[in-house]
Amino acid sequence: MTEFLSVGGPMIEFDDVTISFDRGPVLKNVSFQVALGETRILLGPTGSGKSVLMKLVNGLLKPDSGQIRVFGRLVSEMDERDLLVMRSHVGMVFQESALFDSLSVEDNVGYRLEEEHLDPREIRERVLEVLRFVDLEDAIDKFPDKLSGGMRRRVSIARAIIGRPELLLYDSPTGGLDPITSSTIIELVVKQRDVSHATCLLITHRLQDAFTLATNRYNLRANHMEPMPNHEVDAGTKFLVLQDGRVIFDGSTLELTHSSDPWLLGYIE
Amino acid sequence: MRFLSPDAYAKSIVASVQDYSLMCARAVANIFTRPRYTADIFTQMDSIGVGSLPIVVLTGFFTGCVLALQSAVSLKEFGAVNMTGGLVTMAMIKELGPVLTGLMVSGRNTSGMASEIGSMKVTEQLDAMRALGTDPLRKLVTPRLVAAVFMLFFLTIISDACGIGGGAFVAVTMLRLNAEQFFHTGYMSLAHGDIVEGLVKPLFSGFIIATIGCYYGLRTSGGTRGVGQSTTQAVVSSSVLIILVDFLVTQLMIGIFGR
Ligand SMILES: Nc1ncnc2c1ncn2[C@@H]1O[C@H](COP(=O)(O)OP(=O)(O)O)[C@@H](O)[C@H]1O
Ligand SMILES: [Mg+2]
Repeated sequence: MTEFLSVGGPMIEFDDVTISFDRGPVLKNVSFQVALGETRILLGPTGSGKSVLMKLVNGLLKPDSGQIRVFGRLVSEMDERDLLVMRSHVGMVFQESALFDSLSVEDNVGYRLEEEHLDPREIRERVLEVLRFVDLEDAIDKFPDKLSGGMRRRVSIARAIIGRPELLLYDSPTGGLDPITSSTIIELVVKQRDVSHATCLLITHRLQDAFTLATNRYNLRANHMEPMPNHEVDAGTKFLVLQDGRVIFDGSTLELTHSSDPWLLGYIE
Repeated sequence: MRFLSPDAYAKSIVASVQDYSLMCARAVANIFTRPRYTADIFTQMDSIGVGSLPIVVLTGFFTGCVLALQSAVSLKEFGAVNMTGGLVTMAMIKELGPVLTGLMVSGRNTSGMASEIGSMKVTEQLDAMRALGTDPLRKLVTPRLVAAVFMLFFLTIISDACGIGGGAFVAVTMLRLNAEQFFHTGYMSLAHGDIVEGLVKPLFSGFIIATIGCYYGLRTSGGTRGVGQSTTQAVVSSSVLIILVDFLVTQLMIGIFGR
């Protein structure tokens, strides 16, 4: 499954990355690594550059300086053609879902496979399969404007995972949702993580989501999420905290909860 | 509102022209390489061609009517009312057919393209498209370009025909002229170069309509308000450019055909 990863190195590697827009720098000298199979949770206040960082990973933006490696390949120097190839191994869920509003749910979810000119029958089958995964089979013929926020998010997740990506990027999958819908979305993320074992980068502003991810696992047989035994914490879940475009924390769940940094403590409160 | 210093302003204009040229070059280059989005070309042809038909037919027809009325007044002074047909035909084919069709379709479709692509931009649908392995330039711009150039050509011919028809209608019913003579003087007034001129202009208008509409759509930022702004700017720019290029092509054609 991971044959696209060229060497046994990290899945994502940022080395001294800086990017600026008209109003000044958004990310300043950001360096971090995400290992294969890791779930990396990206925290930080609004406007701290989380979405920009995620777009850099997928090559949707280019850094002004520094190097970005994904799958061991230098994304920051790829041309658009190579990027399109790289992106076929990456699934991305956008902040506001970004569904194509002129296409039905079926065409939205099957978009990538249609671009790859797969057999229509196989596309239909795989669309049904992922819609079943996100529990939205009934909505297959609907259009995005007829869906609720939570449903749009689930369609967006279905669209991201249909290509069986090795790397998943979730930009605020629970943003703007009520608490109950948020938990079902996070449960879906846990399920996807434990079924596919894909590496994943997830932005959230709800700390609660982050800790749910770190302390729960998906029980496939019982088909529900459950806490890990003995209050264990998933070792594969790590955190990255951004503030004002700088990395102020990079480490495991325990390190985060035991941090002595006053700003971090204030943020976690 | 931010004010730029003159040199920063000049730089931003140069940068825009550069971006625009680059986009046009890539959109044209995409025609010759795979993958091609043929279905999107037909959708756009329907929207640009069939959708614009009523407005093009009506403006063409009434322009011909007005032209006949106005020119008959002037021609009467020289005792040359019979030449109305020649004047209407010549004006429609060389100038008014192409320019009016360009402006009408520009108002309708440049705005449509800018707002459609612009709202896709601000809702991150363009990024989503790239994330799913599609080049938006290939999927959105190239089909619009091909469809607009192709359709403008035929819409202009239809507009010319309707204009001449409108002129003839006024000439016969209101000016009491002979229809046969109207068409005969019209036919006689045309030279090879006039037709070429009239058919080259819409190719440029089509190119301008599609590329300007897409360009402003692609560079939209700032939410729904930004979409409104880029739509307005797109229509203004494409209208001005259509008339400017019309002037340049006319100049060129006079140089080539001597009339
Ligand atoms: N394409 C862009 N053009 C200009 N500025 C941008 C762009 N994308 C993001 N920014 C700016 O970068 C900053 C960080 O944005 P973002 O990464 O979306 O923050 P968040 O952490 O809330 O996701 C914001 O101030 C935003 O205005
Ligand atoms: Mg964001």
